[in-house]
Amino acid sequence: MIHPIPSGTRDVLPDEMRELRAIIAAAHDVFGRAGYGEVATPALEYESTLARGGVASALPAYRLFDEAGDVLVLRSDMTVPIARLVATRFDGVEPPLRLSYVANAYRVVRAQRGQPREFLQAGIELIGAPAPSGSAEALTVMCDVLDAVGLERYRVGLGDVDLYVSLLDGCGVQGEARQRLMHQLADRDFVGLAREVEALGLDDEAAELLVHVPQMRGGPEILERLGGAASAAAEGLRGLYALLPPRVAERVIFDLGLLGGLDYYTGAIFEVYDPALGVPIGQGGRYDDLLGRFGSPQPAVGFALTIERLHIALTGEERA
Amino acid sequence: MSALGLTIAVPRGALMEGSLDLLDSLGIDTSEVRANDRKLLFRDVGIVTMRPSDVPTYVEAGAADIGITGKDVLMEQSERDVYELHDLGFGRCVIVLASVAGEDRAAEALRRLGVMRVATKYPKISLRHFEATGRQAEIVEVKGSVELAPLTGLVETIVDLTATGTTLRENGLVVREEIAVVTARLIANPVAHKLKAAAIDELLERVRAA
Repeated sequence: MIHPIPSGTRDVLPDEMRELRAIIAAAHDVFGRAGYGEVATPALEYESTLARGGVASALPAYRLFDEAGDVLVLRSDMTVPIARLVATRFDGVEPPLRLSYVANAYRVVRAQRGQPREFLQAGIELIGAPAPSGSAEALTVMCDVLDAVGLERYRVGLGDVDLYVSLLDGCGVQGEARQRLMHQLADRDFVGLAREVEALGLDDEAAELLVHVPQMRGGPEILERLGGAASAAAEGLRGLYALLPPRVAERVIFDLGLLGGLDYYTGAIFEVYDPALGVPIGQGGRYDDLLGRFGSPQPAVGFALTIERLHIALTGEERA
Repeated sequence: MSALGLTIAVPRGALMEGSLDLLDSLGIDTSEVRANDRKLLFRDVGIVTMRPSDVPTYVEAGAADIGITGKDVLMEQSERDVYELHDLGFGRCVIVLASVAGEDRAAEALRRLGVMRVATKYPKISLRHFEATGRQAEIVEVKGSVELAPLTGLVETIVDLTATGTTLRENGLVVREEIAVVTARLIANPVAHKLKAAAIDELLERVRAA
């Protein structure tokens, strides 16, 4: 007798659970040794909390009504709930605050693609630690987790959401034109970006900068190739890179067009890639304004690894 | 010799010739692909062939590192997470709104019924176009010859891709609006775009020089 479950959800049987447990145990172990205390938050939050975090459109959440008619959501990530928790429960505590979690998150998916609606994330939030040292610590902990679970060929894409914004500032692109350019970049459409830049009628040097810099990826040598305004805009990335231990630095691929897709990111952002998987395994970055939206302004940085994707990459590497 | 270690998704159909010509000019030997109409995977040269609308699927999932497909496909599948790297220029077509020659029945339907019926293979592009122009349309998705739909009274108008307009004319249809001009585009998987950055940039440079 077959009793179906909703598409995008799944049961986990002992063979898979054993392997997932091993990954989670390795993550817990790294988090613990790095001084990150584990927290749990409710799967249900008020919709207003997610809206305050600014993730309502980027990370669409399942909504339901409670008995009082308030709109509840299933959390679509852990960063916003932890920002709420920190503002509420750790107000006035001496920073930095080191918190970790392993928890399910839920997202509305496109119909009929079978994408997961529920997935397991393991990550940290480092609250009250400014750039670049806080970012370097988060990146290091993340690589330690990936090393501990035995992933070998992973790389970390590293960018800075402020970089392109400061180029736009330097070229005097403001208002609606700026939004059009940012939209093309977020859409990963470099043909559209070139067209929009051309339509602005900037001088050749500015146009070249706005079209080519966000397409630059590679090792630290690409930062050396930057001149003038772009070089100044990459100062944050240089400072961060200098603080990374060699085992982390050798994993880094700079990506000067990386935006991260989340409204709350400020400064350095990163994604984890593995040749065995066509999508990122995890992502993270600075969110220096998010705590302020909850009334506890302080810099912060964090990352989340998606355990199921990490598991697929591990399996893929074994096969390769 | 595969292209710099990249797997390339090549579209079958109208864009295939231009795609293979481009790959030839980059120094990738496509003679086996040209000689083989049924075979789909050419591992030696890193080429996989498929229908154009499947190219974003393979590239998004990373089964191909880069691919060539029409902008119409990318517009219709705008949710696909792929990089659009370059306008290859060939395969120029126009997405048009067309209806039976003579009095525009779509305009009449809109005036008297408040909504017009539209047959198309591009439901998302159509919906976006009608939303952007403030008109209500009922979309009828068809898989085969779209030109048939207004001739049989299924719909008042169609949204379709046309290169020369010959098929439209032969079926007594006229273009009422041009929605977008589309060409072939080079796209890349977001992870390959980072992990194989040097190879992709090298290929892009050769494409721009070609």
